[in-house]
Amino acid sequence: MDVAVSQEAKTKPAAVDYQTEPSRYKHWRLSFDPPVATLTMDVAEDGGIRPGYKLKLNSYDLGVDIELHDALERIRFEHPEIRSVVFSSAKNRIFCSGANIYMLGLSSHAWKVNFCKFTNETRIGIEDASRYSGLKFLAACNGTTAGGGYELALACDEIILVDDRSSAVSLPELPLLGVLPGTGGLTRLTDKRKVRKDLADMFCTNQDGVRGQRAKDWGLVDEIVKPQQFAEHVKQRALKLAESSDRPVDAKGVPLAPLKKIADHAGLHYEYVDVQCNRSGRTATITVRAPEGSSEQTVETALEAGAHWWPLQMARELDDAILSLRTNELELGLWVMKTAGSPEAVLAIDKLLLSRQDNWFVREVLGRMRRTFARLEVASRSLYAIAEPGSCFAGSLLELALAADRIYMRDSEESASGTTITLSEMNFGPLPMANHLSRLAARFYEDQAHIAWLRGQIAKKLSPREALEAGLVTAAPDDLDWEDEIRQAMESRAAQSPDALTGLEANLRFGPKETPETRIFGRLSAWQNWIFIRPNAVGPSGALKVYGTGAPVKFDWEKV
Amino acid sequence: MINYTEKIPNNVDLGRDRVLQRALEHWQPAFLGWWYDMGPAESRNYDVYLRTAISVEPDGWAQFDYVKMPEYRWGVFLQPRDENRQVNFGTHKGQPAWQEVPGEYRSTLRRIIVTQGDTEPASVEQQKMLGLSCPSLYDLRNIFQVNVEEGRHLWAMVYLLHRYFGRDGREEAEALLARRSGDTDNPRILGAFNEPTPDWLAFYMFTFFTDRDGKFQLCALAESGFDPLARTCRFMLTEEAHHMFVGETGVSRIIQRTCEVMKENKVEDPADLRALGVIDLETIQKYLNFHYSVTLDLYGSDVSSNAANYFTSGLKGRFRETKLEDDHVLSGAVYPVSEVVGGKIVTKTVPALTALNERLRDDYIDEIADGVRRWQRVIDQAGIPFRLTLPHKGFHREIGNFAGLFISPEGEALTEEAWKKHEFEWLPSPQDYAFVQSLMSGRVTEPGKFANWIAPPLRGINNQPLHFEYVRFN
Repeated sequence: MDVAVSQEAKTKPAAVDYQTEPSRYKHWRLSFDPPVATLTMDVAEDGGIRPGYKLKLNSYDLGVDIELHDALERIRFEHPEIRSVVFSSAKNRIFCSGANIYMLGLSSHAWKVNFCKFTNETRIGIEDASRYSGLKFLAACNGTTAGGGYELALACDEIILVDDRSSAVSLPELPLLGVLPGTGGLTRLTDKRKVRKDLADMFCTNQDGVRGQRAKDWGLVDEIVKPQQFAEHVKQRALKLAESSDRPVDAKGVPLAPLKKIADHAGLHYEYVDVQCNRSGRTATITVRAPEGSSEQTVETALEAGAHWWPLQMARELDDAILSLRTNELELGLWVMKTAGSPEAVLAIDKLLLSRQDNWFVREVLGRMRRTFARLEVASRSLYAIAEPGSCFAGSLLELALAADRIYMRDSEESASGTTITLSEMNFGPLPMANHLSRLAARFYEDQAHIAWLRGQIAKKLSPREALEAGLVTAAPDDLDWEDEIRQAMESRAAQSPDALTGLEANLRFGPKETPETRIFGRLSAWQNWIFIRPNAVGPSGALKVYGTGAPVKFDWEKV
Repeated sequence: MINYTEKIPNNVDLGRDRVLQRALEHWQPAFLGWWYDMGPAESRNYDVYLRTAISVEPDGWAQFDYVKMPEYRWGVFLQPRDENRQVNFGTHKGQPAWQEVPGEYRSTLRRIIVTQGDTEPASVEQQKMLGLSCPSLYDLRNIFQVNVEEGRHLWAMVYLLHRYFGRDGREEAEALLARRSGDTDNPRILGAFNEPTPDWLAFYMFTFFTDRDGKFQLCALAESGFDPLARTCRFMLTEEAHHMFVGETGVSRIIQRTCEVMKENKVEDPADLRALGVIDLETIQKYLNFHYSVTLDLYGSDVSSNAANYFTSGLKGRFRETKLEDDHVLSGAVYPVSEVVGGKIVTKTVPALTALNERLRDDYIDEIADGVRRWQRVIDQAGIPFRLTLPHKGFHREIGNFAGLFISPEGEALTEEAWKKHEFEWLPSPQDYAFVQSLMSGRVTEPGKFANWIAPPLRGINNQPLHFEYVRFN
């Protein structure tokens, strides 16, 4: 790890761009046979996003997963006729062998953490689509399904394993590499598939995995099928899964036009989202603007606007900004969330979004917002929200503040309109966090009386004092105190240990309730990230470092 | 609405600073309330011949006139700014001095300022009753001068809190008025500032020993990379010098009077001297022991990570930091500190960064020793074979490596039992206090007259004669 860290520190690699589109895919083929779409994994060995390793045996790196993430979004928006998705592989007798080990061995700690986070979000996105969007997923494991490959399968609704007496599902990370299956594998084995703990223990400590009937008996897969019947069986199951969907048959998709983005030294600039980087202050200011004007909002106008409909474009821009900052700006430890524009315009869109969830597109747009906002809390960045006169923390945009660790609201007499924040129904459930709670419910520890009282405040423009009293903001300095207070709050945050802050924030943001997602981002990731910096994994003779070199692994046997 | 420039002399552009005005609108009346409550007893209507600072110019910082103390113009003054000033020590050495609070040091700086600020009103509270037993109008005026200037020093610290620390600062400024010296439930922050100042000998000792701690703390803060703090402390130091003058000459005049009585009556026995209405030199030595040891505690632990952090962060320097010739970073430097091992006091070296409290304490001890030598000269000149001595550094300590140990003034580690046996040979006993207070049962108010237990000073205030009416009681 030391080597990787110092290498990365010396030469800052090219920024990672999370935007792509199917014609640029190197690793996936996306085909459609409505109501079924097939995502065929065919990883290009020489197509790694960073130099130094070959992506053999359908192993993946961040670049592979960026394409997968894009493909899933395209299925959601551009192909409403699709109701089930099959994951399959173009490689002979290999479904997917997981994250590329050489890539992990070469990577800095930060890169590994970021990579795992994004892959986790994408897997959680698959389950999100199954839960909310009427898209069902089927893993057609036509060969070796190892590590991250099996974890991808675990994210699907159904796993079918070819029964050819050799193909196995496995989680060999621990015995082979001295690390954990870090993409939700452990969590889904227990929470989702309810594999008994002793069997899970056997499974996870055995690098060869489990195949055939035993895989089915242990609950590791749903079905085993002989090679001859495999393709047909998969097809039938996919069609069967599609039956339960309420996706429309004849709707026209909404093309996801490329985002207009300017990246320069000052930051990232989109139409509705702007990021200003203050590198000496180790701070990024993210400003989200409300739509211009207040034209009437209907499903028809929304569909006509398509990818340019404000909530969709804003969410895509914000998503791209979050991902870019997370990967490319590691030292900007504090994100300052700001908003601007007309609260009325946002509230009008909120209203349509919530009243027309019967429409597939409106439903998908809400989902896009939900998934984007949920990235904030796991961003490993301190978050402050700054509400000032002219800002637009209303309804869905108020979520950006509620996601923050602190909310500062300027109690201003200088501006005639003052500073206000406004609740909408959007703050009470449609945009849950990783713990499946609304940010308000989490903030107030599900205190039903207070939440009911807040519901009574919906649509009311709350003044700083009202917001403070309602517990919605952290502090409301007045004009005289404002600048110094904010400057010092930011400077002091940016000066504290980034590691300890990430740990602190992860502990405070989610409250007592656990879900598979919080367990993945909390328990699993925290342990994995600890293991990732321990010499037993990344020391000179650590298992991850020496893998494939023939050199012996040397463990420090002290159990900590 | 307060007319700021009239009422509050300042060089911080108070008339145009809304942040300060808003804070002071609330705090200034609260301060007056505190003064009425905790300031010098029964003094409200006195006209006192006081020095007021109305500017930082050579002719402005000492304007003398009769003032009713509640109408004293407590001002806010900073030494003029040096545009080229840098942070002179620690990791930020060489950077421009900070004109605003660096966010990362906000809470540390606030704590430093609050701790310093808390001592100022505390000493006023400790001295509240002394005016009722003053030995002369000259001395009464001096204690009032000290009191109003401690009040001004409180203002100086409150200025920093108000100007630079927002709401937190305003709350801390309120709290400075709310704590009370010696109040068990609501004490002042530092131990020495909760000890009573029961009599005038204690007052002079306090101003000599404890105000000198204030001087050394201010000197260290006057080196701060946070420029407004440094400039504030510089100006405070000019006033602090007068307080120490009051202390040193006060003790000196008591010694002188005792020596005169010893010579005139050819007596040496403390009981005889007491019968003659003066304070025996043995009792003066005990007071010295007490105030010296209690004040040494104010410098904190011998080895302190806080002190190291303050220095490394550029917040608090050493005494005369910029005059010292070293790297001002103290990387690799060491410093000796004492500790008790197996009943013996030994010296060991520790990283100099962690020993900054001890170093400041040692600088202080050097200066104290000079003052004690000057007192000794008074005794020597009278031809009396008595030696005033500073007790060992470890004597009667409650903070640092000697805390909880029983060290004699000569520096021997004793058992608790052995130490207790001698306690009142070394420290004032209740009987000693009762005796000293018995000398001060009433006040001397006739111009030019002095109580029997103290000699007149060499000269008056501001070239006024000794019989000048320094305080008018009305």
